[in-house]
Amino acid sequence: MAKEISATSEEKEAKKKEMILFLSNTAEREHFLSKNNRKLLSDPLNDNNPITVQVLGICSALAITVQLEPAIVMALAVTAVMAFSNMIVSILRNLIPNRIRIIVQLIIVASLVILVDQVLKAYAYDVSKQLSVFVGLIITNCIIMGRLEAFALGNGVYKSFLDGIGNAAGYGIILIIVAFFRELLGSGKLFGFEVLGHKAATMAESTGLYSFGYENNGLMLLSPMALIIVGILIWVQRARNRKLIEQN
Amino acid sequence: MEEKSVNRTNTNGYTFMFAIIMVVIVGSVLAFAATSLQPLQNENVRQEKMQNILATVGIEVDRAGSEVLYNQYITEAIALNSDGSVNEKADAFTVDLAKQLKRPAQEQVFPLYIAEIEGEKYFIVPLRGQGLWDAIWGYIALKDDVNTIKGAVFDHKGETPGLGAEITQVWFRERFTDEKIFDENGNLIGVSVVKGSPDPTDKADFKVDAISGATITGDGVSDMISERLQHYLPYFKKQQEIKVAIQ
Repeated sequence: MAKEISATSEEKEAKKKEMILFLSNTAEREHFLSKNNRKLLSDPLNDNNPITVQVLGICSALAITVQLEPAIVMALAVTAVMAFSNMIVSILRNLIPNRIRIIVQLIIVASLVILVDQVLKAYAYDVSKQLSVFVGLIITNCIIMGRLEAFALGNGVYKSFLDGIGNAAGYGIILIIVAFFRELLGSGKLFGFEVLGHKAATMAESTGLYSFGYENNGLMLLSPMALIIVGILIWVQRARNRKLIEQN
Repeated sequence: MEEKSVNRTNTNGYTFMFAIIMVVIVGSVLAFAATSLQPLQNENVRQEKMQNILATVGIEVDRAGSEVLYNQYITEAIALNSDGSVNEKADAFTVDLAKQLKRPAQEQVFPLYIAEIEGEKYFIVPLRGQGLWDAIWGYIALKDDVNTIKGAVFDHKGETPGLGAEITQVWFRERFTDEKIFDENGNLIGVSVVKGSPDPTDKADFKVDAISGATITGDGVSDMISERLQHYLPYFKKQQEIKVAIQ
């Protein structure tokens, strides 16, 4: 069938393609925060959360949730990488050769991650030292590749951008919740401030909760506790959202 | 029509062209970003170095404020030749220890920082060695007797977070405070990081407690301290001779 098309219609087709690349197809010409688009943002926060429902991106959820600050920076870094890689892949989706599409996606993600890493090193040096290898490991974050394959390759630019933000937010919110509990219970601090009082060498010298003999739970600082907190979050989420429970 | 475009993007020529163009674009974007952010990053590294040097003598300061205090407390930064004489040509602060260690032993130049705080004089020796995965480095400050450790700071390139990477933590660094590096006969022993909880109050046993799960990094720290300090012996000997002569 393709051979029957004359040269002129081929040109037209090419022009139309170009338009599609930079604008969007008809299905997407809706209000920029229509119900569907809002769903793209809100779905990953609850019903389709990358960590608690799809169980993706667990590795970094264990590694950088000892304190709140690196967890938030990590969430922001993932948001930037995910939104823009989704966008770029969506722009190029009709140009990317199918056989090397995974490599292309990896290169796009990797270069965005390197950009984020360089920017952090220049403007947030201490945080970048704290995150150390984990910024580089965003490249291997399964959520990003998953969204590129499942969404950005088949959807318009704006929708892909929203999907990226939504999924990164769903990932980030879990990260922040886990980090909140681990920092609070593990070291009695939030953002490095001693919210539970100051722990001195003896009980008498301590203030706040520590003066009653409260002890920090050192287990919270170890990675396995992040898994257990994620497990509890999944439990809480399914108790509140019954449709997530598997029927069989 | 859709098939047509899929076929077009599936040809070998198109695939190669796409790959080449993409790599060129991505490469230039990254090169541009790296070059334009380089000055800011270098400034951060420089300030951090000053911050680390100050931390060994007990002055904790944030990165931004480190330069002022560095200029205030570090009275001298000298580069030494391997025979202990002062190398006038080299700028001590910018000497790259990693590069120096690759040169023949006789040609190496080592930096030494001398701090003066409230009348006390401290010698700060930069360290560099090998951890489990990659380079580790640090600074160790000796008191005026060139025997007692005032403080130490360690850092690493790629040690395991939570294990080897813990050498950067204050609680590990504090274990070195007041340890001795010479035995009674004046032989350099250094400080070893050992398993089995040596008595932390015994400051003359040349031992500090290791970190569980970080044996090789700990050994790297021990080696780095004794290895680097021995290169400064000729200089310290000269200093002591001068002192004796004055007395």
